[in-house]
Amino acid sequence: MNRKPTLPVYQVVIKPKTGWQLIDWKEIKEYKDLIYFLILRDVKSLYKQTVLGFSWAILRPFLKMIVFSVIFGGIAKIPSDGIPYPLFSYAGLVAWEYFANSLKRSSGSLISGSGIFTKVYFPRLILPIVPCIASLVDFVIALSIVFIMMFIYGYVISWTILYIPILVLLMLLTASGLGMWLSALAIQYRDVPYGVEFLVQLLMYAAPVIFPVSWLPESLKLYLGIYPMYGVIEGFRSAILHQTPMPWDLIGIGAVSAIIMLFAGAYYFKKKERIFSDVA
Amino acid sequence: MKDSIQISKISKRYRIGVKEEMHDSLIGKITSFVMSPFNNFRRVQKLSKFNGLSGGEDIIWALKDISLNIKPGEIVGIIGRNGAGKSTLLKILSRIVEPTGGSAIINGRVASLLEVGTGFHKELSGRENIYLNGTILGMKKDEINDKFDKIVEFSEIGKFIDTPVKRYSSGMYVRLAFAVAAHLEPEILIVDEVLAVGDAAFQKKCLGKMSETAQAGRTVLFVSHNMHTIQNLCNRVILLEEGEVIMDGNTHKVVSNYLKPIQENTIEGESDLRNWPGSRKSPGKIRAAYLRTLDKNGNTCSTFNIHDPITLELEIENISKNGFVVSFLINDNQGTLVYQVRSQDSPIDTEHVSSSVTVQMTISELKVAEKQYTVDVWVGNHFDKMEDFVESAIAFDVINVGHSKLGLRSVIHETGKWEIT
Repeated sequence: MNRKPTLPVYQVVIKPKTGWQLIDWKEIKEYKDLIYFLILRDVKSLYKQTVLGFSWAILRPFLKMIVFSVIFGGIAKIPSDGIPYPLFSYAGLVAWEYFANSLKRSSGSLISGSGIFTKVYFPRLILPIVPCIASLVDFVIALSIVFIMMFIYGYVISWTILYIPILVLLMLLTASGLGMWLSALAIQYRDVPYGVEFLVQLLMYAAPVIFPVSWLPESLKLYLGIYPMYGVIEGFRSAILHQTPMPWDLIGIGAVSAIIMLFAGAYYFKKKERIFSDVA
Repeated sequence: MKDSIQISKISKRYRIGVKEEMHDSLIGKITSFVMSPFNNFRRVQKLSKFNGLSGGEDIIWALKDISLNIKPGEIVGIIGRNGAGKSTLLKILSRIVEPTGGSAIINGRVASLLEVGTGFHKELSGRENIYLNGTILGMKKDEINDKFDKIVEFSEIGKFIDTPVKRYSSGMYVRLAFAVAAHLEPEILIVDEVLAVGDAAFQKKCLGKMSETAQAGRTVLFVSHNMHTIQNLCNRVILLEEGEVIMDGNTHKVVSNYLKPIQENTIEGESDLRNWPGSRKSPGKIRAAYLRTLDKNGNTCSTFNIHDPITLELEIENISKNGFVVSFLINDNQGTLVYQVRSQDSPIDTEHVSSSVTVQMTISELKVAEKQYTVDVWVGNHFDKMEDFVESAIAFDVINVGHSKLGLRSVIHETGKWEIT
C-alpha cells in the first residue's frame, strides 16, 4: 500500500479547558461531510415506514389550519388583515411549524445523539444545528401548498417572495440558538424535553399565528418584536400575500435578538460541552 | 521523530451515584416526596460540580497522573482489571471526555473505535449507513466513495446493501460495521474491546486487517481482556491498576506479570485467599479462605484431562454463624463464563455450620475445550447477599490427551452416546 508520510499536520492538545472560544468555524468546515450525512439521515429516516411519507409535512399545518379557521376565524372572529382566514393562518403555520419542529428536535438532539458523541469526537455544536437544517425540507414541502391556496383564492405571486430566505435564516438562527441552550440543559436535566413540549405550545399562542400584529396595541409592537417570530410570521405573510407592508422594524429588532440568542446559546453550549459525556 | 502520543500527568475524576435516602415513616416519605424536586436538582447538578479537590465519598479517581509516550508505529496494548481506567484513558485520548488535570499532545489524525457501528440508523440501508458511519468515524465522503466496493466486499453483505439494516441478522450488522471500521486509515488508531463480537472466522479476518494496519506504520492503542489477542498483536503492553500505570514494557513480561497474583498464591492447584493480592470485592463476615482444585483421587492438581472430574474445595471462615451460599464461576481465557455452579441448586445444608467449614464441589466430567480456566469464588449469606467475591482465585489447565484434536472447535466437548441400528 502506498502511504503518505506521517506529517504532524494534525496536532491536538488535550487538557482541561479554561477559556472559551465560541465557534471554531475551521473545525466545523473540516466536518462538513459529517454534517451533510447527519442531515441526510434526519431527512431520510423521518418518514420511513409511514404510509403518507412526506405528505405529513403538509398535513400537519394543513389540519391545524382547518381547525384554526373554524375556531378562531369562524367562531371567535379574529381579524386577519383582510386576507381569507384559511390562507392567513396557513401562511403563518408554515413558518411556525418549521420553527416548532426545529426547536423540538434541536433541544432533544444531544439526548438522541448521546450514542454517538460518547463514542466519537466531533464538534458537538453540529448536533443542535443539524435538525434545524433538516427541518427545511418539511418547510419547503409545506410552503408549496401556500402557492396552490393563493391560486385558489386569486392571489398573485410577487417578487417579494425573494424575502423568504431572509426570514428563514432568522428562524434558523433563533431555533438553533435556543436549541443549543436547551439541548445543553437537557442532557443533564432530563426535565427539559417535557418543558419544551409545553413551551412550544405557549410560544405558538404568543406568536402572531392565529392573529395579525395589527390586532395588538401599537405601543406594544416594538417590545413584541424581541420575539423574532413576530417579524418572521408577519414578514412571511407580507412577502407572499403582499397585503401588508414588510415589517422591517419588527424584523430588525427580531434579528438583533436572534443574534443575541445565538451567541448566548453557543456560549452556554461551549461552557457545558466538556461535561456532556460525563452526564449523558 | 515526534512521539505520536505524549501524555503528561493526566487524571480524571468521576462522581458515582449518590446514595438514596430511606424513610420508614409516612411523614418522612411525604416530606421527602415534596422535597424531592429540590433534592433531585441538587443531585443532578452535582454530576458536573465538584466542591474542593478531595470531594465527597462518591468521587472516584479513574486515572491518577498518568504519563506515557507512544512512538509512531507502536502497537500498544492496555490491560488491567475492570475499573482500572483503561476505557477512561481511551476516551480522553479520543477527546470524548475531558481530563480533570494534566495534558496530552497527539500528533496525527486519530480514529477511535470504542464501539462498532456508532451512529448506525436502523431505518437506513446498508449503503447509507456506510457513509453515515464512515463520516462519523472521521472519513471524508470522497474517501468512502473510493473504498466503497472494498467495504462491501469485506462485509460479505452483497446484494443486501440497499436493504434497511434493521432487516439484517445481527451477524450481518456487525460485519458491515466492522467493514467500515477496518477501512479507516488514520495515523493513530484507538481501539476498545470491540473484537469481542462477531463470529470467530470474522474476528480472525479483522485481526488480520489490524496487523496489516500495524505493518503500515500506524500507531495503535488497543484495550483488551483477551491476553491471546494482546500477545498476538502488541509489541508493548501497559498494565493499569486503579488508575495508575503499574507496568509498561515488553508484551510477554507485562502479561505474565498481570497473571502473576494468580500464579504466586497458587502452588499447583492450591490458593491461599486470606491475604489475596488480586481483585476482591467487599469481604464481609463470611470469607473464602483457601481454595484447592482436586483430581479424582483427592490430590491437589492443576491440570485436568478433558473427560476427567474436577473437585473444587473451599475453606470458609464464617464469623457470622449464619448460613451461607457459594458459587463457583469458571471462565475461559477469553473471559467466557463457562460454568456457574451454585450451592443453592444442591440439597446440601449450609444453615447450621461452625465458624470454619470446608465445602467440596465436583463436576463429574469437565468436557471443556483445551484452554486455561480461572475460577471466581462468590460467597453470600443466607439472604443471598454478597459477603465475598474473589476474581481469578485459582487457575487450572484442561488438556486433551487420548482424543483426536483434529477439527475440534466447540467450547464444550461432548462425546455423545452413539448407536447404530
